[in-house]
Amino acid sequence: MPSKPWQRTPREILPSLAILFLSLILVIGVVEFTGMKGKLAYIGLFIPVGTAAQFFWSLYKYGMKAAKDVIASSIMMTGAIAVFLPVVSILLTTFIKGLPGISISLFTNDMGKASFTDPVGMGGLLHSLVGTLYLILISVLISVPMGLLTALYLTEIRGPGSRFIQFMVQAMSGVPSVVAGLFIFSAVILTTPLDTSGFVASLALSILMIPTVTRASQEVLLLIPNDLREAGLAMGATQWRTVAMIVVPAAKSGLITASILGVARIAGETAPLIFTLGGADKLNPNPVNGLQSALPFYIWTGFRLGTQESVQRSWSAILVLLVVVLTLFTLARVLGSNSKVAK
Amino acid sequence: MTLLENKSAEIPAPREITTKPRVSDRIFRLIVTSVGALSVTILTLIGLFLASRGFATFKEEGLSFITGFEWQQYTDDAGNRVSNLGIGAMLIGTILISIVALVVAVPLSVFCALYLTFYAPPRIKSALVTVIDLMASFPSILFGMWGYFILMPSAEYWAKLLYKYLGWIPVFDVKAPLFQRSPFIAGLVLATMIIPIVTSVSREVFSQTPLDRIQAAYALGANKWSVIKTVALPFGANGIVGGSMLGLGRALGETVAVYTVLNIVYAPNFQVLFGAGGNVASHIISYWSDATEYETGALLGAGFVLFLMTLIVNFSADFIVNRAVTKGK
Repeated sequence: MPSKPWQRTPREILPSLAILFLSLILVIGVVEFTGMKGKLAYIGLFIPVGTAAQFFWSLYKYGMKAAKDVIASSIMMTGAIAVFLPVVSILLTTFIKGLPGISISLFTNDMGKASFTDPVGMGGLLHSLVGTLYLILISVLISVPMGLLTALYLTEIRGPGSRFIQFMVQAMSGVPSVVAGLFIFSAVILTTPLDTSGFVASLALSILMIPTVTRASQEVLLLIPNDLREAGLAMGATQWRTVAMIVVPAAKSGLITASILGVARIAGETAPLIFTLGGADKLNPNPVNGLQSALPFYIWTGFRLGTQESVQRSWSAILVLLVVVLTLFTLARVLGSNSKVAK
Repeated sequence: MTLLENKSAEIPAPREITTKPRVSDRIFRLIVTSVGALSVTILTLIGLFLASRGFATFKEEGLSFITGFEWQQYTDDAGNRVSNLGIGAMLIGTILISIVALVVAVPLSVFCALYLTFYAPPRIKSALVTVIDLMASFPSILFGMWGYFILMPSAEYWAKLLYKYLGWIPVFDVKAPLFQRSPFIAGLVLATMIIPIVTSVSREVFSQTPLDRIQAAYALGANKWSVIKTVALPFGANGIVGGSMLGLGRALGETVAVYTVLNIVYAPNFQVLFGAGGNVASHIISYWSDATEYETGALLGAGFVLFLMTLIVNFSADFIVNRAVTKGK
């Protein structure tokens, strides 16, 4: 007796593999000898042909119900592959197109003496990298406390308005980035004496970051067992001390993950920067005064110019940005999985 | 001696039992509550500021700001400002692109979510979930550049195929054989951007399908497809609708990716395969740098319309998703 009777035995799997193999050969033959074009034709043809072959085989062997099941599972699988393919394509493209422009001088020079259309060896993106780091730093300083406190309101105080505020936070996370930029433009640049700068751009990014941080921290805080809170209160601690000395430290790594997710959300935002950042060619270490640049802005400028050199610069800058995002993402994952182990 | 004195002393009155929070707690609650109300404040402020800056335009253009198909202003010979600003054509473009994105993304995402919930072995499942989360964190300009340089050549070929075989349907017809930079391709790029959202929301709802119902179906002799058809899909229908609307909210407001891929032309265009179009958000950035003061106000007004649209879509999406998720508990 097999120990897992519901699993398919090799004798059942083998014919279907053989059928898939045969249909693969058929598809390759058809694509090679007819006028079909493109590598995607192989995939696009193999999936229906393979599915049909499998369908008729199980119809012959097991009947209509099993045959329908085969069709369904193959459609689901196709969906998963179709979702997976663009990611692979995007990652590969960025590395292939971006790598040729990566050099040390890229990270040590700004564009003060070079223009985007100069050969790629001249100039660099130091000013944009520094600008992006400033944007991230200021946005974190604004959004993490705001997001965390909102999450505390929703999980610890659970005031009468918390359902409503929950709703509002979700609505806020759907605010388009262009609207955030327009809002800061009209509320800060048109209304107050402040002009476009790194600080003003960070305000726009914070609008996008706060809801992300709130929702992620809220999920972590909800995981903290109520026993801990009750234990704190039973020891005679006030609510403030329970939250500050028990709940938040217990959720620490999860809260860091939440902040990183927020940073990943805004690191590549371009649209708000168009209204609020101004853009610059030179390194400017002062985020409050004078113009600054940022990586997305650099990419945007390079793409819009459209020459071979400027687009190459954009690809390299995208690679740098992608590496930043990937690092943040991995950090968030690692910390996030640690926090689950600690629980 | 001291003992005696103590005995004669009055018994202290019992401490008053109170549920009133201490001062430190009240300060804490005050701070947290006021920050908690921040999201409401910000949303209100966004609405107020954009509406007030766009007010002059709304007043002057009236309803034609929404329905007008023209965007032009100039100073005539007498020195009067003549303006005819309406975002109608761009609203059409926004809806057209979003529909393309939804039509492509929703089936794929639902299939992917079903695969993840019911078919995938644990290892593939966690890998795919990571990939989808990663996809959600890609910057939109990366999607735009990828769409322009990598997806466009393939998509142009698909567009030609569609035109060749389905060109008799008005939507797939084109005025001139210009297949690059069309709303169709922009919609495909947007589809890749909203797939992670729709997939993760639907997956969450599917994973809440009551286990006893699934097991009951299996016990009655159902196979996987029957379980999905009779249990998971009816249960998760609301989640799919809500997730799609969240995706729609994202698609309506996407700026940079659309601007990168699409050939922005201010004219109403219903033909998805024809290489011209735009959406409200990309319209705002393409007119921004050369805008006069009055035009800037109009663009801020357009931002207000966009804000209202996404707000309504997101509100209804949240409402539907919340109902779908709490139903399972």
